[in-house]
Amino acid sequence: MRQVIEHGRLIDPANKLDQVADLYLADGQIVGHGTKPDGFVADQTIDASGKTVIPGLIDLSARLREPGQEHKGNIASETRAAAAGGITTLCIPPDTNPIIETPAVADLITRRANDAGFARVLPVGALTVGLKGELLAEMDLLHQQGKCIAVSNACRPVNQTHVMRRAMEYAASCGLPVFLHAEDRSLSQVGCVHEGIMSTRLGLPGIPEAAETVAVARELMLIEQTGVQAHFCHLSTAHSIQMIARARHDGLPVTMAVTPHHLHLTEMDIGFFNSQCHVLPPLRTQRDRDGLRSGLTNGCISVICSDHQPHDPDAKLAPFADTEPGISGLETLLPLALRLVTDGVVSLMEAIATMTCEPARILNLTDSGTLASGARADICIFDPEQHWTVDPEQLVSAGKNTPFAGWELAGKVSHTLLEGKLVYESGL
Amino acid sequence: MINTNLQFDANGRLRHFIDIEGLSRAVLTEILDTAENFATVGTQQVKKVPLLRGKTIVNLFFEPSTRTRTTFELAAKRLSADVQNINISTSSSSKGESLLDMLRNLEAMCCDMFIVRHNQSGAAHFIAEHVAPHISVINAGDGWHAHPTQAMLDMFTIRRHKPDLTALRVAIVGDIKHSRVARSEIHALNTLGVPEVRVIGPQTLIPPEAANLGVHIYHSLEEGLKDVDVVIMLRLQRERMEGALLPSEHEYFTRYGLTETKLALARPDAIVMHPGPINRGVEIDSAVADGPQSVILEQVTNGIAVRMAVMSMVLGRAPQGNEGD
Repeated sequence: MRQVIEHGRLIDPANKLDQVADLYLADGQIVGHGTKPDGFVADQTIDASGKTVIPGLIDLSARLREPGQEHKGNIASETRAAAAGGITTLCIPPDTNPIIETPAVADLITRRANDAGFARVLPVGALTVGLKGELLAEMDLLHQQGKCIAVSNACRPVNQTHVMRRAMEYAASCGLPVFLHAEDRSLSQVGCVHEGIMSTRLGLPGIPEAAETVAVARELMLIEQTGVQAHFCHLSTAHSIQMIARARHDGLPVTMAVTPHHLHLTEMDIGFFNSQCHVLPPLRTQRDRDGLRSGLTNGCISVICSDHQPHDPDAKLAPFADTEPGISGLETLLPLALRLVTDGVVSLMEAIATMTCEPARILNLTDSGTLASGARADICIFDPEQHWTVDPEQLVSAGKNTPFAGWELAGKVSHTLLEGKLVYESGL
Repeated sequence: MINTNLQFDANGRLRHFIDIEGLSRAVLTEILDTAENFATVGTQQVKKVPLLRGKTIVNLFFEPSTRTRTTFELAAKRLSADVQNINISTSSSSKGESLLDMLRNLEAMCCDMFIVRHNQSGAAHFIAEHVAPHISVINAGDGWHAHPTQAMLDMFTIRRHKPDLTALRVAIVGDIKHSRVARSEIHALNTLGVPEVRVIGPQTLIPPEAANLGVHIYHSLEEGLKDVDVVIMLRLQRERMEGALLPSEHEYFTRYGLTETKLALARPDAIVMHPGPINRGVEIDSAVADGPQSVILEQVTNGIAVRMAVMSMVLGRAPQGNEGD
């Protein structure tokens, strides 16, 4: 099978490529751009005139709800949503039910994803048994047999510092990156919003900034001591970004990701108890949002991830603190990142890098997140000029929970290819 | 949209009473004036007016309460409404029935108004958001968020003793952080033009960014009480000791308990209030609670008139002039 994507604007941050050219694919791989390879005859032609052609997006954190919470979504429904959002690779945190702590569960997830065929799914294995933060999980078996690309305790705390130390040491010796959720549970307690103006106004239990910064400080010290490759998922405070930026400056092998909702919303968006804005970590202040944005601008934050958490409607229908946190974010990831370009936070090339080559680097994937010859033909084609209004009911994801309902966004995916196979085409 | 003020209907009339925040001075003053008209009903031979005859009001209490529930019930009965009390312990809501399902069931019984008390902040707002259009919701206390009828009965009590609210200094003492009463009082005092509202307590019981609510923060009771016209004491919950917020009741009383000596720092004609139930010897000395400056029991009496006023306004039948006499 040979394909050509014609007349599109190719943007490939990995190779600093930005030009209007044709892209040639053969047997699920990229074989070149610009000049047609010798003897290339296309079986399929995709017209990308006026559109932008980028590597398929890589999302470092997305819950698919299978196994365990199929009433909220499943691997087929959510990978289909990913394809609609231009995402071709997804990392799944281990807090499924059962937990990804055996190769069998990891294998089940990848097999189901292969059967569905909409996106590549990479499981993240458990760091500790049962995510309880007490005993080490079988990280090497998860890695070797379960094809887990990283280990993590998801959003569960590892309260005992010595367990975190040993887990990091062990992961380092397995050559596995550790994904960290920075939260000191003894400080966040039952909090459900940022501890600040809104928690005071609405009388909701707050999560102080220190719940994140204290955890970041501890993990940074342990990363330094253990030498593990570590990645902070979804950070929320400006102060954490500064601390990690300083550590990176000192040469620590640590990366960080933020979500579109923390880059676009603040605690004020909660208004009168809008449960769609119930997320963890919580939406914080304007100052924090600006801090996250400048972290992107100066490059110390290298990744934007959706932190996709689809919910059934009932999960959001209760008094605020009783609702479940999380946003259905796969389909708004790209346009909300593009909005940062309009807002002057990053260049288009930089915005795309945060969802392609940068996450690929963290996962040590050499064949993804780029349009270079020899890479997987995972491609996202979008129309940058197409404006659309977010209507939750129109989302492909089973989760209609988004605080961005009614937002007019620019940039809509028209085609998504997974190893050369057209897995999404708009209007179909 | 979720963020519009759902307390008003399309014509700008009060439909629910959830929160003082977002209500104008005119609305609050109307509540106080209406309550004045109802204040005498309780002293009449026949303690009833027929304003809400034929209306069904449900007291929906997800949290135990004696005073608030009773005064709402009396207020409804004095307005000639039918009242049903439903006490829902947390155990029955954990039977699996969601709050929304419970609401649908009650709606099916053709009620006109829900009086809601719930331990979660935002619960009354949530119910008002989802309730059938013909039903009104009155918040009888939600979590730490709001207790608007308590705030209004406190304003009523203050106004009766100090008619010019724009010349007052008011201090609220104690656990501001966990107090729905304090939050609603702060909004009400500011909206009604009280120029200086103080909150007094240790840092552990003052919420972050409290100054944004429009208050001056004091950590010393002596400094905070200086020259105030009104002292509002808050109840201290025993569990605050367990949360590492305070060392002991004894230390709290020594530092923040209202005694005659401390009260002498306020203006000589200052009044002392407390939403109840009081903890004698914890936040307030018996000599003060039962003393000449205390208006604590008046607050309870006024609670009925104020709740009658709110109910009648929300159900659209506020009396004109002296109709309530």
